[in-house]
Amino acid sequence: MSDLSQLQPGTHAVICGIDADESLFQRLAALGFRIGKKIEVIRRASFNGPLHVRIGTTDIILRITEARRIQISQQ
Amino acid sequence: MKRIALLGMPNTGKSTFFNRVSGASARVGNWPGITVDLMAAKLLLGGHIVEIIDLPGIYDLHGFSDDESVVRHFLENNDVDLAVIVLNGSQIDRQLSLALQVKALGLPCILLLNMSDEAKKSGITFNLPGMQQQLQMPVMQISAKHGNGCPEALKEAARHLAEQHPSPAEIREQLKNDDTIENQMEAIVKSTVHYPAQLDDLVTSRIDRVLLHPWFGLPLFFAAMYLLFQLIFTLGTPLQEGIAWALDLFRADVLEPLLQHAPSWFSGLMLDGIYNGIGTVAAFIPIIVLFFLVMTMVEDSGYLSRAAFLVDALMAKMGLDGRGFVMMLMGFGCNVPALMGTRVMRSRNMRLLTMLVIPLSLCSARLQVFLFMTATLFTPKQAPLVLFSLYMVSFATIFLTAIIYKGRYSSTEPFILELPPYRFPTPRQIWLRGWQEVRHFLTRASKFIIIGVLLVWALTNFPSDVPAASAGTIAGMIGTWLAPVLNPVGIDGQLAIALIFGFVAKEIVVGALAVIYGLQGDALMQVMATKLDWVQGMSFMLFTLIYTPCLSTIATLKNESKSIGFMMLSLLWSLGLAWVVSFVFYQTARALGY
Repeated sequence: MSDLSQLQPGTHAVICGIDADESLFQRLAALGFRIGKKIEVIRRASFNGPLHVRIGTTDIILRITEARRIQISQQ
Repeated sequence: MKRIALLGMPNTGKSTFFNRVSGASARVGNWPGITVDLMAAKLLLGGHIVEIIDLPGIYDLHGFSDDESVVRHFLENNDVDLAVIVLNGSQIDRQLSLALQVKALGLPCILLLNMSDEAKKSGITFNLPGMQQQLQMPVMQISAKHGNGCPEALKEAARHLAEQHPSPAEIREQLKNDDTIENQMEAIVKSTVHYPAQLDDLVTSRIDRVLLHPWFGLPLFFAAMYLLFQLIFTLGTPLQEGIAWALDLFRADVLEPLLQHAPSWFSGLMLDGIYNGIGTVAAFIPIIVLFFLVMTMVEDSGYLSRAAFLVDALMAKMGLDGRGFVMMLMGFGCNVPALMGTRVMRSRNMRLLTMLVIPLSLCSARLQVFLFMTATLFTPKQAPLVLFSLYMVSFATIFLTAIIYKGRYSSTEPFILELPPYRFPTPRQIWLRGWQEVRHFLTRASKFIIIGVLLVWALTNFPSDVPAASAGTIAGMIGTWLAPVLNPVGIDGQLAIALIFGFVAKEIVVGALAVIYGLQGDALMQVMATKLDWVQGMSFMLFTLIYTPCLSTIATLKNESKSIGFMMLSLLWSLGLAWVVSFVFYQTARALGY
């Protein structure tokens, strides 16, 4: 198992765990981060900047620190 | 009076809907239980006067971000007759939770599915009667941008104003418990919304591929910022000059003849005090309008979130985020609108930190002082280098301040932003925003600024038996009194008076020097060049760069932070930093024998 920060641009995976405190969890859930959802990394910003990901029809940017909290599995 | 609360998720066009129905009648208001400004408007609806309040966009009624608690506290402290919920129709699968959460409170609701045009383009269709029945509330499709469905939505709202609704106390009780909503929402979406196999986001993806390119993204961002900056100030400067010209004309042709028989203290008070104060306020109007015209375009098109994506790596180290960087850059034009623009930041701490660094940006008014001083004290070859070094000092003080204060204003808010698809804001949207921001500035800042200008006028004109701005005035006495503090940084009594004037606005520093030395233009430059050496001049410029930019900035800091303590912190920090930097420079230069 790996986390979202390791996912390469252009590849996708399935969310299999979210390790976050209550407020971050709620925020992620409201944006569509749920276990079992398919997630795709579109691009990464230069200099270790944020990730641009897509869940369903929603595009989201998040920092690496938050991405580390999201466990994924690649088939 | 009946009250309607407008609720919705961010980027759903809720505020666009609000602006459309309220027209230009919206006001900023304070509400019990919360500490931020909310827009409200009164409309005549079905025979009632109805107050409609635009609550901040939230993802989750039970969430813990700043905006989410604002909405909760509002509902817990203010009587609401009807909740109008605005959601993005094409993202209904995850947004419907908010409607269910509001519904669960027992509030009468109507649901507006906005951006009906985008949903249609994506091939999403809604079974409205089915959704209505399952949600137990009226559901309507609208396009807030084009106005489709908006009059009907208001009519529907009018029909539900008289319904039984829970009191704030009951809502407070309700908000304690909750759940099971998520399952319900999935079931409803599954049975009432039909999705085509693939949404067509191709255009947005294609634009993103260029604008967010790993190599070209940042240069394109800086190019775009530079162009916007140029646009604001090439259009704004002639407008500002036009206003100044009109005000001078009115003063010379109307006010001065009118006051020529009045006692001199009275005409001084009216002309140099109050009228100059009004002029100081007026000078900001064109810049604020233009700034927000441009910022509305940047924000509503979806580019601001993308700019945040591009520069976040750098800003994260300073405890700021990408949106703060955009505002900081804009501060190099004028600090006042840049401070107002920080309202896009949702976390209060992050916003305060950004507001603390913006006044250190070398704005165009300070540039005028530096152009004059460098032309006076340096050769044409040295002058550009000196200017460049001042810009570098400005950046350095920004970084230093951010790093020192990032612990105090540390933000717990995670950096997670939705990237909306690119949209074209309508001219009406853009114009309304510019107009509202100007009115906000005028109502909140003008009194403060005029009082400040009056105060400085009094300091530099009393006692009235000595020449204005001379050593015998109160300002001069303050200058003498401060000599033990200002001598070690090379600032003499006359320059100290100029600094007191500069407190009002940097634009008037050069004019103040002319009054203080009693000379104009080339003659002034020659006298200053003989009286000051370059080390003193540079020290004066460093002090001018770092200490409080102007009264308007202070007034804006106070309004936007809603905290006099924060305003004082910014004031004292910049004064202290100005002194330390000038001191280090002056003493080092003297020690090195210059």
